[in-house]
Amino acid sequence: MSVQALPRERGREGSPWTGMWAVIAKEMADNLTSARMHILELLIALTAVGAVYGAIQSILETVEQDPFLFLKLFTVGRDPLPAFVGFLGFLVPLVAIALGFDAVNGEFNRRTMSRLLAQPIYRDALLFGKFLAGFFTLALVLTSIWLLIIGLGIVRLGLPPGGEEVARALWFLVATIFYGGIWLALAMVFSITFRQPATAALASIAVWLFFTAFWGMIASVLAQTLRPIRFGFPEEILAQAQLELMLSRLSPNALYAEVALAILHPTVRALGLVLPIQLSGAILGTPLPLRQSLLLIWPQMTGLVAATILLFAVGYVLFQRQEIRA
Amino acid sequence: MSQYVVETRDLTKVYNGLVAVDHLNLRVREGEVFGVLGPNGSGKTTTILMLLGLTEPAEGEVRVLGFDPVRQPLSVKARVGYLPDQVGFYDEMTARENLIYIAKLNGIPRGEAYRRIDEALERMGLAHVADKPVGTFSRGMKQRLGLAEILVKQPRLIILDEPTQGLDPEAAREFLDIIRDLKREGISVLLASHLLYQVQAVCDRVGLFHQGKMVLEGTVQELARKVLGGGYRVRIEAEGAQEKLIQALRGLRDVLEVTSVDESTYELLAQSDVRPDAAKAIVEAGGRLRSLELDEPNLDEIYARYFQEVRDERASVAA
Repeated sequence: MSVQALPRERGREGSPWTGMWAVIAKEMADNLTSARMHILELLIALTAVGAVYGAIQSILETVEQDPFLFLKLFTVGRDPLPAFVGFLGFLVPLVAIALGFDAVNGEFNRRTMSRLLAQPIYRDALLFGKFLAGFFTLALVLTSIWLLIIGLGIVRLGLPPGGEEVARALWFLVATIFYGGIWLALAMVFSITFRQPATAALASIAVWLFFTAFWGMIASVLAQTLRPIRFGFPEEILAQAQLELMLSRLSPNALYAEVALAILHPTVRALGLVLPIQLSGAILGTPLPLRQSLLLIWPQMTGLVAATILLFAVGYVLFQRQEIRA
Repeated sequence: MSQYVVETRDLTKVYNGLVAVDHLNLRVREGEVFGVLGPNGSGKTTTILMLLGLTEPAEGEVRVLGFDPVRQPLSVKARVGYLPDQVGFYDEMTARENLIYIAKLNGIPRGEAYRRIDEALERMGLAHVADKPVGTFSRGMKQRLGLAEILVKQPRLIILDEPTQGLDPEAAREFLDIIRDLKREGISVLLASHLLYQVQAVCDRVGLFHQGKMVLEGTVQELARKVLGGGYRVRIEAEGAQEKLIQALRGLRDVLEVTSVDESTYELLAQSDVRPDAAKAIVEAGGRLRSLELDEPNLDEIYARYFQEVRDERASVAA
């Protein structure tokens, strides 16, 4: 009988990437034309212009010499406006969540999922395509804002940025994109888990709120419970502070804040605890070369990228196992 | 390759401990319209998903157009058009844009894709709304757009899951006409439905699903013979002495049962078309024949009768 006469191939045929670029093109077009994204882009652009304008005013008022003037565009705030970095800390997650929360369940709700998967593509292509489209959109939006800020700086400050400043600002851009990648991947995991886009959006925002508002306190309480200071020895105090720091770094917000701090302030020479003995021989207030700053943030950068990949992998496994029929 | 476009052997699917499809042996021949008939939850959609490689069978083998959907899903899906029940589109995109996306996913070269899309939209009577967003379409138009999408793929086999559900009678009739056209072009069709008269109207062969099993298979006529005992039902209107007429009709060859509905109406159940003999018998018995009609065997009855039998059996087992 023919059923058994056919040879059995090992593994599946063809490439998992078949059709991925078609998905990316379609999803990016959707992302860039949706009203949701227009609102967020407008919001970011306005805050960028506002914050940078404030920063420029502050910079123009100071007379002190600074070789890294352009980096101050990102980090200097002017009351009542916070610095642009501060804005990014919560605007980027918002954009990323907006890009991802209905990626998968939206297809189910529109009843397009089974029709899509009946085309000669693998699920891999669909999920990768959707994630990369979101990621590219995020990169596109953030890069344009970045260029806008640099351009504003050149016009208002009247001088071009130096090579090292551009390099540092670029690394900051990369970190920001991956910080967004984490929230995008998280939102997609929830969009796979929950059938209702609203639930997925709320869950994503809840996680973000948890890390933004509560994780710092929880880390502190946990450190106090797990490493109590009984006798007031310096070792005890140190152990508690180190545990608290370690716990707080589980939050992507903390990682991103540290990266921003070290890369945008060349004078920062350590993240976390520094004992006086470690500072012997250091000339305080002098900037570190870019390579040294990079070395400083390398673990944090790795953490941001790894968290993005890990969360995507979780979503990938969940999606592969999902039954097409609800 | 065999003459079967779909062939399954002991196909089984279990969802959370519930057997959705139970050792199914389904065969669809090249060029035929095969109707999969069954109430909701009888395993029709699950079977279709397994044929397309969208869900993995727990047990058994599947061949679609000679390919194994588990191992060669891309080959299967490139050659099979699938219209899911309650098909959905991207509402904010136009009909044409929706089809272009699908054509891209199929890797059809741009020029060729545009030509096929124009053709398909024209054929489905959607050319005038090709550039309108799908959100404005009626249910019937979306169904036709679904078929247009399938035509763009130029498939060898088309699988339709409840294609006429939610359509008004006129739209449903048009849709069935399209299916007949496709058959004429030599495309094999697998049609799943719980609407009996539609399956009856277009299908060459029918499989009756019940709790994940195909309990009956054959042409509509064959099914009728199997379940009703005889495939032909003749309705006679004649005046005359009732006793005598019934006597005469009972005496005919192949007649299984004669019942009188009212004073001048009789129903015959027969194994063949007994109309000529019945007419003769009535005239010979002195009756005045008013009309003589052959009732096509009706799937509704087959259905009702079959499930009646199943229930009876259960009742007798329980008792």
